[in-house]
Amino acid sequence: MNNKTPLLTGSFLLDMCESVGHSINKTLQSIGVLSIFVAKSLMHVFSPPWYPRLILKQFIDIGYYSLPVVGMTAIFTGMVLALQSYTGFTRFNAESAIAGVVALSVTRELAPVLAGLMVAGRIGASIAAEIGTMRVTEQIDALTTLSVNPYKYLIVPRIIAGTVMLPVLVLIADIIGIYGGYIVSIFSLGFSEGSYLKQTWDILEVNDVVSGLVKASMFGFIVTIMGCYHGFNSGRGAQGVGAATTYAVVSASILILISNFILTKVFFS
Amino acid sequence: MNAPDHQMAATPKIAMRDVKKAFAGKVVLDGINLTVAPGESLVIIGGSGTGKSVTLKCVLGLIKPDSGSVQVDGREVTKLSGRDRDEMMAKFGMLFQGAALFDSLRVWQNVAFGLIQGRKMDVDQAHEIAIKKLAQVGLDARVGDLFPAELSGGMQKRVALARAIAANPEIIFFDEPTTGLDPIMADVINDLIVDCVKDLGATALSITHDMASARKIADHVAMIHEGRIIWYGKVSELDHSGNEYVDQFIYGRADGPITKAASFKNL
Repeated sequence: MNNKTPLLTGSFLLDMCESVGHSINKTLQSIGVLSIFVAKSLMHVFSPPWYPRLILKQFIDIGYYSLPVVGMTAIFTGMVLALQSYTGFTRFNAESAIAGVVALSVTRELAPVLAGLMVAGRIGASIAAEIGTMRVTEQIDALTTLSVNPYKYLIVPRIIAGTVMLPVLVLIADIIGIYGGYIVSIFSLGFSEGSYLKQTWDILEVNDVVSGLVKASMFGFIVTIMGCYHGFNSGRGAQGVGAATTYAVVSASILILISNFILTKVFFS
Repeated sequence: MNAPDHQMAATPKIAMRDVKKAFAGKVVLDGINLTVAPGESLVIIGGSGTGKSVTLKCVLGLIKPDSGSVQVDGREVTKLSGRDRDEMMAKFGMLFQGAALFDSLRVWQNVAFGLIQGRKMDVDQAHEIAIKKLAQVGLDARVGDLFPAELSGGMQKRVALARAIAANPEIIFFDEPTTGLDPIMADVINDLIVDCVKDLGATALSITHDMASARKIADHVAMIHEGRIIWYGKVSELDHSGNEYVDQFIYGRADGPITKAASFKNL
């Protein structure tokens, strides 16, 4: 009985080291698995056969059906931006800068990031849930036994659609967002239509819009690949699919924010 | 590995030698040795979690064994990839336990899936074959236009069977074909399996724990326990195998060597 106490302390320390080591091991392992998954997916993106009908279907799912959500986000963001910058800028008599602030913030940052996050919630979740359910019900194995590569059939169309459609969505969000700022400025803050549009047009450069679109493309890739990855490696049962959906949305959102910082640094410094 | 002389005469359709597989340190297959002759129907029996499904998936190439060899028609399949693997897959048909029908596609599209997507067959021709295969499993053409979710479990199994045989495979795998069906429907499925396999002259590898099903569809039976084949013999020898494990399993007794270690009674 007496020699039990030191033994216990020792085993406690060992347990702690073991669990720390275990979690580091697991993290590294999942980074490795993810890298292989991304590499494999990209390889299949650039090699035939493709499934044009499935790609078209994903274009509609990811692009067209996300329009309302992204549009709503953009218009209210633009409106709030105009209101907020008005209250701030009147203190310095700098109301004339509102148009520029709205245009630059929306095109460079807010449209791509917010659209990316909204699409992560909408599309990332549904991809993970759909592919996860297919995994759980052995439909992915069934694809393989029917001589159809699941990467090509399930993953490639989604990645292509996400990477191509998000810039389109963001371009539309740019226009709607700036329009939101315009509405508030004209109807609520008493700006003149002509000068607001002229100021917007003057300050906006091609680079501002293009950088936003490049970001959007990256975010579209992140959202779809994370949805596919977590769905593809989903655990068993309803709980597994639920967890896969959560991981897909959370990891995509965080990766969007991190890569946004990196891309901004690359573009504007 | 050199093939022994007697196998040179007639290459077995499927040959597994010393196949091992562990998941996260837990040994599931501990050296599986099995051969299935062409045209033969082998049923693997065993309790849940003994490695039946993993064995099947190793042959199919859905799971890569840690070591050992799996040969189909004398060709090693564990190292195949790309087009070679597709070619090998074309020989296989598989009936999944939960049917695994694609729920976004209509029934006939499910049956024709391998023909259209895998073999690039003309859609009209594939549709015709799909309807023919559906008829073969006792479903009429109207069912073809429904979605899988609109069918009962037994009908889903039939559709899955039609899909498995659609491309006239040389080898068909059945993963617990009767699980979740009532005894009558289970017997219907068993009859269909026997007919379809005979029709195609195919080799069949099934796993099940339903003894009625095993007796009906098997030529040979192998019993798997703790990742090893512990008994192999003709289905007619099943009742006097002289193996305690087999006896306990086929009569479904709670007491016996299988449950000795686990001692379920004390739980």
